[in-house]
Amino acid sequence: MIELDDIAYAYDGRALFSGVSLALTPGSFHFLTGPSGSGKTTLIRLCYGALAANTGSVRLFGKNVAEMNRDQVALARRRIGIVHQDGQFLDHLSVRENVALPLTVSNRMDDEAAAQIDDLLAWTGLSTSADRSPPELSGGERQRAALARAVIMSPEVVLADEPTGNIDAEMSDRLIALLVELNRMGRAVLIATHDMSLIRRTKAQVAARVVRLTKGRLEMAGADL
Amino acid sequence: MSSFAGYIQQLIEVVRGDPDADRVVPKSGQTARLTILSAAAMSFLSVFVLAFALSAGRLATLWQVELAQGSTLRIVAPEEDLSELTERALEILGEIPGIASARALSDEEQKALLAPWFGEELPLDILPTPRLIAVTPRRQGFDAAGLAAQLARDLPEARLDDHSTWRAPLVRAASALRGLGWAALGLIAVTMGAVVTLAAQASLGANAQVIGVLRLVGARDAYITRAFVRRFTLRALSGAAVGMALAIAVFLILPTNDDAPGGVLTRLSLGPAGWFLAPLVPVFAALLSFFATRAAAMTSLRKQT
Repeated sequence: MIELDDIAYAYDGRALFSGVSLALTPGSFHFLTGPSGSGKTTLIRLCYGALAANTGSVRLFGKNVAEMNRDQVALARRRIGIVHQDGQFLDHLSVRENVALPLTVSNRMDDEAAAQIDDLLAWTGLSTSADRSPPELSGGERQRAALARAVIMSPEVVLADEPTGNIDAEMSDRLIALLVELNRMGRAVLIATHDMSLIRRTKAQVAARVVRLTKGRLEMAGADL
Repeated sequence: MSSFAGYIQQLIEVVRGDPDADRVVPKSGQTARLTILSAAAMSFLSVFVLAFALSAGRLATLWQVELAQGSTLRIVAPEEDLSELTERALEILGEIPGIASARALSDEEQKALLAPWFGEELPLDILPTPRLIAVTPRRQGFDAAGLAAQLARDLPEARLDDHSTWRAPLVRAASALRGLGWAALGLIAVTMGAVVTLAAQASLGANAQVIGVLRLVGARDAYITRAFVRRFTLRALSGAAVGMALAIAVFLILPTNDDAPGGVLTRLSLGPAGWFLAPLVPVFAALLSFFATRAAAMTSLRKQT
């Protein structure tokens, strides 16, 4: 689905990482860890074609991103659910409209989709906040809304950057349970996180691989996790 | 899909509209006001310049027709010889091919011609005035140079004036004014295109975060472009409609006098062609805005990649 092959990325002339290879295959579950500034967010952005690697190749659903035009990248993103650290919402729209945005831009809004949005908002505990605007939400609510938007299209891959950073353990577990459920349906999941306890709790439910980005390299994490 | 088909498809989508897509771009007050105001001002000016160009065109055509329709033979001689010379002149004119009729003006007609300069009570009988003969050519015209040469030989007291000396520069001036009017319309269109482009670029720049989110969720360029293009096209259409309505209101109360000797100034009116073309100004403004915004959006999206 998403393959990073020996990629390197430099920012402002400073090499962030190199020799990174990673394959997000159907049914795979990865955690991406590493110290702050190691390039986790950058790696995730490379995974959905928002950034271009300096060397190596990124393949989205079998196609090299470097050879895809903007529309092809856009169509590929409809198959990827993305949760950003900062939410990335349209502040002039309501939470419901933001969650529906992937359906809106792909002209898939209908009564069935509207019911699906209501279910998802209820499941993420956002029913009462559905008509509020994103700036009115708490940090945790924003992350739940971002996750709801990421999964509304039943994507084949979910990329989540610190999806549980601002929410309590109970809600974290509920959100992770949703991702685990999607993973059991054959979806690939990649979560960037600092939260080791979250990783441990998740590994108890699913065979997750943990990769660590450190000193410019991506390596498999040891058994200490 | 070919580029032309793409344009048509987008135009149809702009006209049809999509409430969901319309909402994804926030309403930005400043660029909206700028677009509406400039469209209204440019449309108002366009209707006036259109009327100016059409009036100048009508005047040029009228003068051209008048030029083609008449010549004057002037006989300068002592009073006692005038009747005989006039008879001879009419005989000569009657033999010239291409002349439909020739008629000596009466004293009253000559008096009326001189009245603007000497007043109504002109004593023609004591003033040495030339006798004037109005010559009306046939459609194909006559050989004015040949007639002038014949008159110089057979009737030296007579001078042919085919009006070209003073009418031709006027016709050229009116034609030039008409050209100037159309050029001014072109400049207004270019200016409006530039204003809309700048407003669209400002709006696209201010909404870079919105574009980023739309891309994140898989919006294609056509979707993002359509959202901006529709908004700017509708703004230009509404602003231009207001400008056109104001201009038409001014024309309805503007006094015109076709008989006054002021040329374009006193004959400034829309005319039948203008009443047909003026309502097309907002449509043209909307089309201009559509293409300008589309080009700005495509460039901006390319740069933001």
